[in-house]
Parts: sequence; C-alpha cells; structure tokens
Amino acid sequence: MVEAILIIAAILAGLGFLLAFARFVMAPHAVDRVVAFDGLTIISMSAIVLIALLMGRVVYLDVALVYALLSFLGVIVIARYLEKGE
Amino acid sequence: MSQASDSLKLFATLLVAWILLSGSIAFDVVAVGVAAALFITLISQNSLSAFSGLRALPQSFGASLGYVGFFLSELVRANLRMAKIVLDPALPIRPAIVRARTELTHPVARLLLANSITLTPGTLSVEIKDEWLYVHWVVAEGTDNETATREIVEGFERYLKVMYG
Amino acid sequence: MTDGPLELIGALVVLAGAAFLFLGGLGLFRMPDIYNRIQAGTKATTLGTLLVMLGVGIIMPGWLPKLILVILFVLFTNPLSSQVLARAAHRAGIAPVLGTLADRLAEDKGDQS
Repeated sequence: MVEAILIIAAILAGLGFLLAFARFVMAPHAVDRVVAFDGLTIISMSAIVLIALLMGRVVYLDVALVYALLSFLGVIVIARYLEKGE
Repeated sequence: MSQASDSLKLFATLLVAWILLSGSIAFDVVAVGVAAALFITLISQNSLSAFSGLRALPQSFGASLGYVGFFLSELVRANLRMAKIVLDPALPIRPAIVRARTELTHPVARLLLANSITLTPGTLSVEIKDEWLYVHWVVAEGTDNETATREIVEGFERYLKVMYG
Repeated sequence: MTDGPLELIGALVVLAGAAFLFLGGLGLFRMPDIYNRIQAGTKATTLGTLLVMLGVGIIMPGWLPKLILVILFVLFTNPLSSQVLARAAHRAGIAPVLGTLADRLAEDKGDQS
C-alpha cells in the first residue's frame, strides 16, 4: 500500500518533469530556458529523495543536497551572465 | 560587541548544520566541524549574515515566530491559489508589474522581505531600488502604489520591523 | 518498508508534495510569459519539495536531520534564484505578455534615460 502510493507519487512528479522539459525545449528565450531548467532541477531533487527512500539508501540524500547546491550556483551565474548580454 | 555576537551566532549555526549533515557526534567528527566553522567565521567576519542586525529582544523572538507562522500559512495559501489558476482551462490571470514601498532599511530585513514576497500569493520581486520594490503580480488587485504596498508588503513588514528595528 | 499508520501518513504527504510538483510543471508549461512562468514554477515546486521531504522524514525518522537541511536550503535558495532570473529577464528586455495591466519598472527606467 505504502509502496503503491509512493510509486504513484513518483509518476506524478515524473509527469511534472515532462511538462517542464517540454517548456525547456520550446523556450522562446535563453532566460526562459534557464527558468525551465530551474524547475527541472527542483523536481529531480525530490525524485532523488524518493529514489533514496524506495531503494533504502541514505547516501542519495547527500547526492540531492549537492545537486541542489550546484544547480543553484549554476542558475545564479547564468542569470547574471544573461542580464548583461543579449 | 555586536560584531562579536554576530560571529558567535554564525559559528553556532555552522556547527549545528555540520552535525545535522554528518549525523554523528563522535569526537573526531565534531572536531573537524569546529575547525571548519571557525575558519568560515574568520574569513567572513565583515560580510552580512541573517543574524546581523537581528535584535536580541524578547519581542523580536516573538516576532520571529510570528513571521515564520505567517510565512508558512501564506505559502500554503499561495500554492492553493496558484493551483486553482493553473488547473483552470481559462487560465484567469491579470498580471502587472507594480511598485510597492517598504520602510525597512536593514539589508537583511529587505532580503527577507523580497524572498517572502517571492514565495507567496502570486507575487514575485523583480527589482529593488531605494524604498521601492518592483513586484510582478499574477492577479493584480490594482496597479497603484498604495494598493500594492498594502496588499503585498505590509503583512510581512509588521513582523520584520520588530525583528530588525 | 512496513505498512504502519505512520508510513501511510508519510506516503500521503509525499503524494500531496508530488501533486504540487506536477502542478509546478503544468504551470511552467501553460503560463503565457516568463514572469508568470517563474511564479507558477517556483511556488508550487517549493511547497512540493517541502512536502515530499517531510513525508519521507515521517517514513524514515532517522533521515530527518538531513531532510531538514535540504528543506532550509530550498526555502532560502529557491526564491533567490527566481528573483535573479526575473531581474535578468527584465534587464534583458523581455516584455511581459500582452494584456499585462502595467509595467511600472519599464516606466521608471524610461524616466531615467
């Protein structure tokens, strides 16, 4: 029962990921693409934690944390770069 | 004096974060944490942290709790409202970029205000200039400065004024 | 994993979080311009992440300290990155969608030049 609910949750998050990915591909502007990318990373962070739970591996939590840290830095740097150019 | 207490608070926060992260209070683990926290505290002595300017008064502690509670309830309301808009086939939005005035002067208080605005009901801070916040509003209730200030800023400002003076 | 009542509650909280993550994706996809997309994307995904972490924490209480760190991190960085992106979009000259009621920032920029 618990596992079934978790799998449904994973599928829902996966659908959200696909929609965000569609926006990522169809983005009209570079900044739009970064926004979609930001959404993608946040959804995948939760996905990593769900995978950690389903597989029972606590190490994946550290992966999620480092992933969040790197994507945050990446988004900030790219945004600072884009606001000057174009 | 306040510089020293800011550093102390930063050091304590870093150490707690380290212990949460490593999930152990063995001597060697904590020793490494103390060394790392000390190092970071020393090199960031002149930079701002969330504690710089936070007043150590009983009422500011109460305001902090009130702020966190208000923030969490606004966060849930923001999401339910946004969920309704996104699920509606007609996509009922009335977007506008409005000006809202803030009376906060402390940089950390202003950062918290801008962050809270971004996370709550259909509002997103775009830019801060002097006392003006430029906010994107998904369902604008009005485009004049007074309406924007009243609806967007005042709820959080109440608490932040007490916390940061 | 056992099927105790606590695990069930945790799983339901995770499900609610996943629903908000889905809504975030849907918002990113449906909204007409970049500012509205940032709004839909950041809000729903922040609460979504929060609930997923909380639910996992209910199922695995031992993981809570690390999950709390992740939650705090998301709460602080998520709005920051959306603000920086919104500012970048405006500075790069991306106009809000047609039908936007007012753009005070563009007006004020016009005054100065």
